[in-house]
Amino acid sequence: MSVASSTYKKVLEGDQQPKEVLVKIERVTKKFDEAVAVDDVSLTINKGEIFALLGGSGSGKSTLLRMLAGFERPTDGRIFLDGVDITDMPPYERPINMMFQSYALFPHMSVADNIAFGLKQDKMPRAEIEVRVEEMLKLVQMTEYARRKPHQLSGGQRQRVALARSLAKSPKLLLLDEPMGALDKKLRSQMQLELVEIIERVGVTCVMVTHDQEEAMTMAQRVAIMHQGWIAQIGSPVDIYETPTSRLVCEFVGSVNLFEGQVVEDAEGHALIDSPDLERNIFVGHGVSTSVQDKSITYAIRPEKLLFTTEKPAGEHNWSRGTVYDIAYLGGHSVFHVELPSGKIVQSFVANAERRGARPTWDDEVYVWWEDDSGVALRS
Amino acid sequence: MRGFSFSRLMLWVGFAFIYLPMLILVIYSFNGSRLVTVWGGWSVKWYVGLLDNTQLMNAVMRSLEIACYTAIAAVILGTLAAFVLTRVTRFKGRTMFGGLVTAPLVMPEVITGLSLLLLFVAMAQLIGWPAERGILTIWIAHTTFCTAYVSVVVSSRLRELDLSIEEAAMDLGAKPLKVFFLITIPMIAPSLAAGGMMSFALSLDDLVLASFVSGPGSTTLPMEVFSAVRLGVKPEINAIASLILLSVSLMTFIIWFFARRAEHRRKKAIQQAMEETTGIREQQGPDSRRDPSQVHATA
Repeated sequence: MSVASSTYKKVLEGDQQPKEVLVKIERVTKKFDEAVAVDDVSLTINKGEIFALLGGSGSGKSTLLRMLAGFERPTDGRIFLDGVDITDMPPYERPINMMFQSYALFPHMSVADNIAFGLKQDKMPRAEIEVRVEEMLKLVQMTEYARRKPHQLSGGQRQRVALARSLAKSPKLLLLDEPMGALDKKLRSQMQLELVEIIERVGVTCVMVTHDQEEAMTMAQRVAIMHQGWIAQIGSPVDIYETPTSRLVCEFVGSVNLFEGQVVEDAEGHALIDSPDLERNIFVGHGVSTSVQDKSITYAIRPEKLLFTTEKPAGEHNWSRGTVYDIAYLGGHSVFHVELPSGKIVQSFVANAERRGARPTWDDEVYVWWEDDSGVALRS
Repeated sequence: MRGFSFSRLMLWVGFAFIYLPMLILVIYSFNGSRLVTVWGGWSVKWYVGLLDNTQLMNAVMRSLEIACYTAIAAVILGTLAAFVLTRVTRFKGRTMFGGLVTAPLVMPEVITGLSLLLLFVAMAQLIGWPAERGILTIWIAHTTFCTAYVSVVVSSRLRELDLSIEEAAMDLGAKPLKVFFLITIPMIAPSLAAGGMMSFALSLDDLVLASFVSGPGSTTLPMEVFSAVRLGVKPEINAIASLILLSVSLMTFIIWFFARRAEHRRKKAIQQAMEETTGIREQQGPDSRRDPSQVHATA
């Protein structure tokens, strides 16, 4: 999971900059007949940020985006852009432009005409349109393809044209619908960075929809995880990954080992969790707020934070015996599947830092262990 | 090899079955004899005679006129119907409307013709319009069933069209009517042309409906030919049929030729685009963004 350096930096510095709200979604609900696509969603999007809606199919992320664009009208709730209520405004009056998943370029128009289309609708003088089109073509490095028709372009070039077209009118808000959906994997990572670079250079606020967590984390400063019409968590990619607030989020983003258990000791500075999957208790380096009646809790630990050795760890908590059940070699890292005495299989990522180091192999006895603050205790 | 020669034989039998009658027709149109079935040597006198046969020539012109009007009206009405059926997602009686639009396709022409005749007569008595049956009534009758054909052709094209293209136009500030004329129409233009040509051909060819709703002095070509044949086949009819055949095949050939050329050009352009992009990638060499000095936080 790689985070583009500039975006990553921004996330870390982001808190110091004053935030100005551009879009405010207030308790928006959308029903199709009886099926609820978006369920009472409220969120704000700040000026200048790239915001990602991440979710599986049917999570309502696309419906929310289409409501921002104006193609769907909310059943309930209001949407504000820059303080103006745009809920009932038709798409052709909104200062919002969208880049479609299929790019939706007009097949009968040249690249330049495609970009000029929106400007022509604004009755902009011809000379100004030409200047602006030239500027947009330069921005996406497509100047020499201005006379081409969309079918004469490659996938990556089409995407650039689509981006230029949606930026030509200098919208207040740019919407990206699965921006990399139609590209092959290799082109994808290249275009992700290029897209972020262009969007940041223009300085437009951007909402994107994607089902690809890597894409969301690479491009966005804040990510909202959507599930069945509601938002499970909003936060920076680091927040979402490192401190998920629910089981759903931590299972959706990346892989995770989960241990169900009961809180047996709960103090201010630490807590102990007893899990039937593990022989030893789990030690958490902070207090866990639990109710008196319900002591059950889920402890989540990412595979790259679950380490293993061949020697017995010295500590009292946070380790377990196990045998290597399976090894998947993925080049950059290997995934070790370790079977615990309880029969539970846990995953551990090991970076392949050495070319051919000595490693435990199938059926070897190992010990898995982790630091006190490596995992997250989840109540839901 | 035996299987191959058998299929080859069947191909030629099939061709002969379809095209031999037409060939005979063309040959006999050059027959010098007044009797159709007796060969009297080569002659073009029936073609020359055609020009003098004002009744027949009038019928030809009338049929072409009606076919033109029908094609235009059917394309407009059929496109509107198709657009409503495919783009307006929900309205009361949508299914019924869809069924009713395409019903004339399966309706026996005799019934359509008879009911239209009754309607025209009743209307003439009640409101005095249409005052008499003629080109106008034939035009209306042809438009009713051609609209069904056009709406089927156009709606299948509209359905496979990427809806987001029209949404994109609206997103960029075009109002729905403008989107329809600037984006939708150009994209479905080929199917509009196909529907128009089909309507033209269907109208030119129709005998049954025209017989029902035509009035005095509005005999169309098929009616003229049919009545002439009933009085005995004249070589003149062979000549006019050959001319129609010639014009139809010429038109088909021209359309095929241009379609093929356009397709050829398109393929070449795509190939060129692909060659260029791979060329550029090789030129650029390793991507500068993959510079190892740039730190990528790896989680």
